[in-house]
Amino acid sequence: MAVRKLKGLTWSRAAGALVTLMALACGACGYREYPQTTLHPQSDYAQAIQRLLETQMFWVVVIFVLVEGALIVTVVRFRSRPGAPDPKPVHGNTVLEVAWTIAPALILAFVAVPTVLTIFKTQGKAPPGALEVKVVGHQWWWEFQYPEFGITTGSELHVPVGRTVSLSLETGDVIHSFWIPAVAGKRDVVPARVNHLWFTPDSVGEFPGQCAEFCGASHANMRMKLFVQTPAEFAAWTAAQQAPPVEPDSTSLAGKGKQVFLEVGCVACHTIQGVSPGIIGPNLTHVASRTSFAGAIFPNDAPHLAKWIENPQASKPGATMLNLNLNPDQIAALVAYLQALK
Amino acid sequence: MATTTAPAIAVPAESATGFWSWVTTVDHKRIGALYGVTAFIFFLIGGLEATMMRVQLAKPENTFVSPDVFNQLFTMHGTTMIFLAVMPLSASFFNFLIPLMIGARDVAFPRLNAFSYWVFLFGALFINLSFFLGGAPDTGWFGYSNLTSSQYSPGHGVDFWAVGLQILGIASLAAGFNFIITIVNMRAPGLKLMRMPVFVWMTLVTSFLIIFAFPVITVALVFLLFDRLTGTNFYAPAMGADPVLWQHLFWLFGHPEVYILILPAMGIVSEVLPTFSRKPLFGYPVVVYSGIFIGFMGWGVWSHHMFAVGLGPIADSFFALTTMLIAIPTGVKIFNWIATMWGGRIEMKTAMLFSIGFIAMFIMGGLSGFMHASPPADLQQSDTYFVVAHIHYVLFGGSILGIFSGLYYWFPKMTGRLMNEGLGKLHFWLTMIGMNVTFFPMHFVGLLGMPRRVYTYAPGMGFDAMNLLSTLGVFVIGLSLLVFIWNFLMSRRSGAVAGPNPWGGATLEWAIPSPPPPHNFGTVPTVHSLDPLWGKDGEEIARTANQVHGHIHMPPSSVWPMLSALGMTLLMSGMVFGWWVGIPGLVLMLVGLYSWAFEPCH
Repeated sequence: MAVRKLKGLTWSRAAGALVTLMALACGACGYREYPQTTLHPQSDYAQAIQRLLETQMFWVVVIFVLVEGALIVTVVRFRSRPGAPDPKPVHGNTVLEVAWTIAPALILAFVAVPTVLTIFKTQGKAPPGALEVKVVGHQWWWEFQYPEFGITTGSELHVPVGRTVSLSLETGDVIHSFWIPAVAGKRDVVPARVNHLWFTPDSVGEFPGQCAEFCGASHANMRMKLFVQTPAEFAAWTAAQQAPPVEPDSTSLAGKGKQVFLEVGCVACHTIQGVSPGIIGPNLTHVASRTSFAGAIFPNDAPHLAKWIENPQASKPGATMLNLNLNPDQIAALVAYLQALK
Repeated sequence: MATTTAPAIAVPAESATGFWSWVTTVDHKRIGALYGVTAFIFFLIGGLEATMMRVQLAKPENTFVSPDVFNQLFTMHGTTMIFLAVMPLSASFFNFLIPLMIGARDVAFPRLNAFSYWVFLFGALFINLSFFLGGAPDTGWFGYSNLTSSQYSPGHGVDFWAVGLQILGIASLAAGFNFIITIVNMRAPGLKLMRMPVFVWMTLVTSFLIIFAFPVITVALVFLLFDRLTGTNFYAPAMGADPVLWQHLFWLFGHPEVYILILPAMGIVSEVLPTFSRKPLFGYPVVVYSGIFIGFMGWGVWSHHMFAVGLGPIADSFFALTTMLIAIPTGVKIFNWIATMWGGRIEMKTAMLFSIGFIAMFIMGGLSGFMHASPPADLQQSDTYFVVAHIHYVLFGGSILGIFSGLYYWFPKMTGRLMNEGLGKLHFWLTMIGMNVTFFPMHFVGLLGMPRRVYTYAPGMGFDAMNLLSTLGVFVIGLSLLVFIWNFLMSRRSGAVAGPNPWGGATLEWAIPSPPPPHNFGTVPTVHSLDPLWGKDGEEIARTANQVHGHIHMPPSSVWPMLSALGMTLLMSGMVFGWWVGIPGLVLMLVGLYSWAFEPCH
């Protein structure tokens, strides 16, 4: 047992060293320089994948060095030289054939066993007490619903650190793939199916993700952000999201913006709790609390909002939000209202 | 040796020249040349599409092409490279070489062979016509349902794609049957199955894969076309259908298709390595059985393209294990190739360099493939640039390097002249540098989180430098192709005269003149061993292969295969254009087939 443990230790150390080397080769793959990296796991699930990858990398490097080395040695050593004798016409060697059939089979077994174990470990049922979030993919943004808190939001997912998050994944239109590399491998959202994915984030931070299955014109613009927060921060966030929307003073610019919102047709697609019932576009009840919008591709500030409302398709190809041909005054008022919805 | 030149006998008028002789030819060598030139032009078009994508991705938030055009480009790049470049380039070698290698005078059905080529050409033109008629297909070469439904893809691009693939499928099926029947029935006396060159074996396996795989995608595409054109609900989730059905059908075709693309190149390498090592292929039966095993196993791994779908842990485990199993015969092939060179006297001709390059690059493609054979790892790698790197190491580093190796190797047989070795080596090294600069960084950019099929990416993600590097690499590949084209054209006109067997090859095609006469063999040789020209009776075979005794009957040229193919293409394109194209196409096809059937053939 001790021997095995020692062996395992050396192994994972060697693998770790190799992955470090790989990281160095690509310029220290820290997640600050590479925010969407798959090599900087931040959850139990992502770490299980990383451990498997390290085992694989060990064998990949060993095989690469041995086989490419054998190729190079052969080519250099047996290159044609003047006066070299005619080669012996060797037709084969049964012992060699058996050996180089069994050797890869053994290496495969070393990877296949942890692979199957990891599959069953990571695709099992989520532990009880997990935070349930329903994820709905739309062309081209992500919707997040928290049944536990009665919250619906878009493009930005908030979860508490240390608590398992159990996602149920659905789509409103075509196939998309939910992918936040820091915490989990990708999982498709497929029409007429509900998929599941769970992970327990282990560090606080902001992690980007994006749709990974080609889904049409703005596939590249279907991004999202994951905010892993301390339990206290998360509780504050849920409380703020559960509050009713801000009611602006009717004489203020924001108040005029609310009138525009009600009059020009925004209500048909967007929910603002107690104001409008639309469910086609993102829920805007607390839209100003988000850092980004339109599939997390624009910062949530006045100039970007104004540009977006003026002509959504010019900002984001194929965007399904209607261009309502609003005048600059209407847009300014609307932006003020949206920015008031903290 | 005056007897080795063909005496003046009634050789058919096939050796005529001029445009019309190419339109009506049924000579497998000329059809091979047509396939080769056409496919190479499409290879350049696919490369141009790739170059435009790389320029767009050279920096974040670039605006070189619009998102819509980018989506058309990656769809057409994949479709073109797979169906219009690599498959027909392989078909070019099948056509030119199979009858020569098995000691036959042509394929079993020469006019059907011409028909295959013309269907391929017209189908290829049809798909590319979409660029000028409202936009090319833009849903990826894999065309996942339900994005391809009329609701989400209202334009005609998907129709062009689906109908075009159906047309190309007919060309592939006809060729597949033709080569199976040719190889099974038309081998020279004594050329037992286990004496066939490995390239012939791989052609046989590939042809079987084609005839079993294409019906699957045919069914999938018929469902899709019915959904789009007549409102059926095969893939409509709102009507209770499961769009994952498309993925199963597509990849049940798609994975064997991967082996359709690589096995011919493996066959080429298995011919080139022994010749330039001056040593027989090591473990011939093992290499053959490995190829057959890969062909069989190719049917049991399709869902490894679908690990992210959520098929459940049991399906994921099963397909992970079958996929890893394929690594064994693939590895065995590589070991046997290295062992072939071990103890040999390796002549570093350009053809040999490309074969060695094939092994070196294919190892890397195989290893990255082994990494995403494991579903948990794949869930981070799938649909990222890591997979783009992988497929280009197996398809460019594998298939394309193998095809170039074959081209340098058999160019003397095809044209009677040698290619320039200096330019060839320059081509090789530029190719190796270009492909590695282009594709190697993609491994990292993928692991660092860049998804594929995105027309742009945000700054600050750490993707910038490696994307720029990849873009620069593409221009090195482009340069290498210019060198190749120059070399090809110059060598064809004024290269050194090759003679029948410039490399000292062991297979039957090297027994006859370069280029071979229309009837190939004056006297069909009797084969007594593997590597017949290296055997005891090698000189005897080379001496008698060109002696003509009596009349040789060769099929006459015919215009009907081309007209039948044109009619059939018009008929099918009627699904996009309307009855006014379809009905004339039907008439032309029926007239063509009738005239073909009753055409006198002597």
